[in-house]
Amino acid sequence: MNPDYILTVHGLTKTFSGVKALDQVRLKVRKGEVHALMGENGAGKSTFMKILIGLHTPDSGEIIFEGSELKASNVNEVLKKGISMIHQEILIVPELTVAQNIFLGRESKRGLFGWIDEKSLNQQAAILLEQMGVTIPPGAQMKSLSVAEMQMVEIAKAISNDAKVIIMDEPTSALSEKEVATLFGIIKNLKKKGVAIIYISHKMDEIFEISDTITVLRDGKYIDTKPAAELNTPSLIKLMVGREIDNMFPEPVTQKGDHVLSVKNLSRAGKFSNITFDVHAGEVLGIAGLMGAGRTEIARAIFGLDPIDSGEIYLKGKQLIIKTPQDAIRSGIGYVSEDRKGLGFIPGMSVKHNITLASLPNHTKGLFIQDKSETATATKMMTDLRIKTAGPDQKVTFLSGGNQQKVVIGKVLLASPDLVILDEPTRGIDVGAKFEIYKLINQLVAQGIAVIMISSELPEILGMSDRILVLSKGQQTALLTREEATQETIMRYAVH
Amino acid sequence: MENPVQTDRNPTVEAYKTRMRGIGKYGIFVAFLLICVVLSVVTPKFLTVSNLTIVVTQVSINALLAFGVTFVIITGGIDLSIGSTVAVTSVVAASFAHPDTYPVLVPILTGLAAGLLLGAFNGLVITKSKVPPFIVTLGTMTIGRGLALILSKGRPVSNLSDSFNFIGGGQIVGIPTPIIILLVFFILCSVVLKKTVLGRYMYAVGGNEQAAKASGIQLNKVKMVVYTLCGGLAALAGILLTSRITTGQPNAGVGFELDAIAAAIIGGTSTSGGTGTMTGTLIGALLIGVISNGLDLMNVTSYYQQVVMGIIIIGAVVLDSLNQHKN
Repeated sequence: MNPDYILTVHGLTKTFSGVKALDQVRLKVRKGEVHALMGENGAGKSTFMKILIGLHTPDSGEIIFEGSELKASNVNEVLKKGISMIHQEILIVPELTVAQNIFLGRESKRGLFGWIDEKSLNQQAAILLEQMGVTIPPGAQMKSLSVAEMQMVEIAKAISNDAKVIIMDEPTSALSEKEVATLFGIIKNLKKKGVAIIYISHKMDEIFEISDTITVLRDGKYIDTKPAAELNTPSLIKLMVGREIDNMFPEPVTQKGDHVLSVKNLSRAGKFSNITFDVHAGEVLGIAGLMGAGRTEIARAIFGLDPIDSGEIYLKGKQLIIKTPQDAIRSGIGYVSEDRKGLGFIPGMSVKHNITLASLPNHTKGLFIQDKSETATATKMMTDLRIKTAGPDQKVTFLSGGNQQKVVIGKVLLASPDLVILDEPTRGIDVGAKFEIYKLINQLVAQGIAVIMISSELPEILGMSDRILVLSKGQQTALLTREEATQETIMRYAVH
Repeated sequence: MENPVQTDRNPTVEAYKTRMRGIGKYGIFVAFLLICVVLSVVTPKFLTVSNLTIVVTQVSINALLAFGVTFVIITGGIDLSIGSTVAVTSVVAASFAHPDTYPVLVPILTGLAAGLLLGAFNGLVITKSKVPPFIVTLGTMTIGRGLALILSKGRPVSNLSDSFNFIGGGQIVGIPTPIIILLVFFILCSVVLKKTVLGRYMYAVGGNEQAAKASGIQLNKVKMVVYTLCGGLAALAGILLTSRITTGQPNAGVGFELDAIAAAIIGGTSTSGGTGTMTGTLIGALLIGVISNGLDLMNVTSYYQQVVMGIIIIGAVVLDSLNQHKN
């Protein structure tokens, strides 16, 4: 056992409702190093980190921290032992001061009644922030700070907790270049003090600038650990995506037809700008990009869930003004959201009622719902999509993820769209159901429907798309044909 | 290729569970019947036609209010202003109901208009401002009470025509008119909820507002209609009350909103939205009525009655919550 290693993990396995999120994952982190954890979206990084900080309990595996096994089942215990995490979404209490946030739950008390000693809190916080080399007044209200400053406060909190390992999940996603430089300065300081950093980021240049060692995960499995100096961007991308495409994807039946959707110079401030593309009848346009590249935002804007600042949307040559999802549905656009639970279905409603929800006016006479016609239509769609239920009256909340997804797709299809946008259509559903969704997409295409498929899974994008639009930081960086596209080229444009 | 079997829950087990939930849904009905049986044994006066007629007549006002608030709660909202709407309606309708002035339709229509307006006001502010319904209707509750006092100069409006007093005090083929009105509106509200697009959209909006929006449902339109409808039903309750007590009362309806909400909740409407039935609400209202009648007959003072009622409300919700956690 090398005493240099402050944290050693092996054999870590975690299963969520039958799907292996992590499979025999290992990791060795040295004192005072920056250890980058890399992998595509869905590779298992977040699950791994959540286990480390005690949010999830692993099914099996061992975590050795400072020479003894870490068996903590709650976040506070792990925190006390010295593992802290700076979350992607910063967790703060906006109304409290900087000092109060740093020492939240560990306030120094004074006197008989245990009054909080604000003065000493502020003094301690001031010393801490000064050591980090940042100038943030400890008495300032949290909500008055910039995102970067909030992050610094989070780091100060971790240091004050005597953290020996600090996990940083996409810490620079909201920072300017100058702020990134400050952050990296702080990280280098921490290293000198022997603190180990586990660093998660999609930004290749950052990874090579700051990290000493890189561990790659893929599909929940450990792939490799290498010194950063031995890798470069292409070789790292290869490690991250390096699987061969299996025969997961049914034979495509493309019969490219007329323009269905044309998007011209679509922009929304801070989300995406100057997006221009066409989708033809009988074609799948894949949209690839990293988290936060603007993929979902574009889909939401086309569907009328978010406003656009400028640009034009044409459907079958006619310009559309889409202000609400209702406008979009009426014009012939369907959207299957990545957020199945939030935007997809009504959990307490039956399968039947969910499936007809977007097309209910087709089954009415005056104000009244024609139950027979509704049931017949719903039942037919349930058979067509092979939705497994106890019957049309079963509540959707009791279905498996794959069947829930089919209910949402069924709902969208019943509104007879010319264009269907599928946002992460196979997220969180098992392999068998995935295959059925792929077959379904091909059926839609065969019927002459235009399909936009947004996905973080490159094999899926490559296997299903006729053309691939690649986005990076809200910009479109490439529009590739099926022949041009490989995992490496897509990744290259995605980190552009 | 490996094609793993979908790890679905066993459909037969699911069907059984659904059926059990169904029985759970009738739990309140069973409880209601049990209480009726107990009361008929304890007090012989309970199970008489005349007593039961009195109970249902008394229940009718709360039930009408509860139907309206059930619509609102199903969409995930709340309406605290209906008690004040009763007062406004009462004063407005009574002002037009003096003998030999207007035909009886005029007080009815003006009363209804007052209630619909207050409801529409709630709907408008809630949809335009995004302020929570609790706050908005709390404000309207105070506004409404003030309006009722202003319009009546703080005094009861008496001397109402016989034809107006017939609405709440008359009988048609031996059945008190409030009972007939109650039944008609029970059927109407049930049909709206179960058979119309509007009803379906109410469940959708309360069940998952964002998903409803993404399905092309106009949230604001649904909410607008629902609050207006709730105001209209409150107006109806107000007219019925005014007619029964043969005076327009600016102080009428204080606390009525809480009884109505209690009836809906006892009847299985979830305050988080998306579930509820008119049958449940009717039974909830009847349960409240029967218990207070039974306690009256047993000479239990109204002080104790309030304690009992509170326990029943909490008990109903706790049972419902346990039932849901089990599933």
